[in-house]
Amino acid sequence: MLTLLGVAVVILGFAARFNPLLVVVAAAMVTGLAAHLPPLTVLAALGKGFNDNRLVTVALLVYPIVGVAERAGLQERARTLIARFRGASPGPLLVGYLAFRQLTAAIGLISIAGQAQTVRPLVAPMAEAAAEMRAGELPDETRQAIRAQAAATDNVGVFFGEDIFIAIGSILLMVGILATSGITLDPLQLSVWAIPTAVAAFVIHGARLMLFDRSLRRLRAGAAE
Amino acid sequence: MIKLGVVYVLVGLMFAAFALLSATDAANPKRFGNAAFWGLVALSFLAGDRLGDLGNGVLVLGLALIAGFGLLGRGQPQTTSPEARRALAQRFGEKLFVPALTLPVVLVFGILVLKPLQVAGQPLLDPKQATLISLALAALIAVGVALILLRQPLISPLQEGRRLMDTVGWAALLPQALAALGVVFALAGVGKVIGDLVTHWLPMDTRAAAVAVYCLGMAGFTMIMGNAFAAFPVLTVGVGLPILIRRFGGDPAAVAALGMLSGFCGTLMTPLAANFNLVPPALLELTDRYAVIKAQVPTALLLLIANMVLMYVLAFH
Repeated sequence: MLTLLGVAVVILGFAARFNPLLVVVAAAMVTGLAAHLPPLTVLAALGKGFNDNRLVTVALLVYPIVGVAERAGLQERARTLIARFRGASPGPLLVGYLAFRQLTAAIGLISIAGQAQTVRPLVAPMAEAAAEMRAGELPDETRQAIRAQAAATDNVGVFFGEDIFIAIGSILLMVGILATSGITLDPLQLSVWAIPTAVAAFVIHGARLMLFDRSLRRLRAGAAE
Repeated sequence: MIKLGVVYVLVGLMFAAFALLSATDAANPKRFGNAAFWGLVALSFLAGDRLGDLGNGVLVLGLALIAGFGLLGRGQPQTTSPEARRALAQRFGEKLFVPALTLPVVLVFGILVLKPLQVAGQPLLDPKQATLISLALAALIAVGVALILLRQPLISPLQEGRRLMDTVGWAALLPQALAALGVVFALAGVGKVIGDLVTHWLPMDTRAAAVAVYCLGMAGFTMIMGNAFAAFPVLTVGVGLPILIRRFGGDPAAVAALGMLSGFCGTLMTPLAANFNLVPPALLELTDRYAVIKAQVPTALLLLIANMVLMYVLAFH
């Protein structure tokens, strides 16, 4: 049971909003102590884990191109583009992005979009501009709520699209685990079972986005009075 | 064969440049904190394999101390003003989207054309890492296109990259640090302890109860571990296989797939899935670190219920 102390450190550390990097090191140390491992062994294990997982950070290579395009006015252009569509509204716009993310992830094209390369420079400014077209200048709170919804939509789209693709890591993991227990499955048999949940995700998150859109409209009506 | 090592060198050089530019940024009162932090990341990518495990551990400790003691500031690289950007947007028009679109186009080209390519009987790209190598290539080409097409200064990719990097700050390294914590957890057997707790203490005499334990367990365990991959083997070997598949005769494909997707619902609700949930608020400059998680929780809970209903209704014939 003492082994779980590290998990407790993580939960409490995140809840108390300590710096998460410090929380990680503290949790590793506590876990090691509880398991009677010498501190230097734990630090070495943490270091090895960090070095072996460098590929997680490689995606930051897209920051320079996003930054340069922003320097030249990409966010502003994205806003202008959406303003051309008179009927544009954040809800339907994000529902469209959700469908795009789910469908492209389903055929394995996960890295063609993402939080750094599409949400920050394109989707979030477009959604904000669509809301501004009707309401004028938005309060900061609303602006932040729209951005958070844009980021959430990207995540939901990827998570509940990617498992339809047969060569994705999670499908291969399932095939592997079941195989060690004597159950042989084809990746395709697993990936078809991701389709009902993908449809449910689209309906549930899409409906929430439309409700969010309605709450923005109500806000607008309130502001106009 | 091009391997991930080449990409690591590229990432290392990028961070080394961020560190140097940070050190000379007089507008940032904490410039040496930034220089040290990004310098350590550069060291990890350029020489991580030569530092030894303990050396890497000290490096992680250094990163945590710099971030934890608030020594990381926000650089002020020279950039265009909002007014200038509006004018540039007007001038460049739709051309502005070309570099942004170059990225996915080159990426898809890499996956579809370069990945299957053989040179002298060997694959051109390391097949296991073809996507990340293609992503690096795409990022380089897109920068080139942007510099030429949008006539940006040669230093701007590094300065603008540093601007975004400082905006995100320590959160950018959190996904990798959490993956490392997962290694320590595995070493101490944390997963096994939780798995035993779930299988020994929760009632699973009816099909409905077993479905609920498996799906909620996947979501909950994923929230604790930060990703569904760590939860899946423990709960599937502990609950999915012996109870849902063997005792109640569930279809293995449906049970496993819907279990994994229940885990994904957990991913939407945990700060430990940092690259999905904590990096975006930093990138979008939100004041609430947990704003994206809060936006996702209702979808995740409803979808978790949907998964349980789907499994209960469809997985048993």
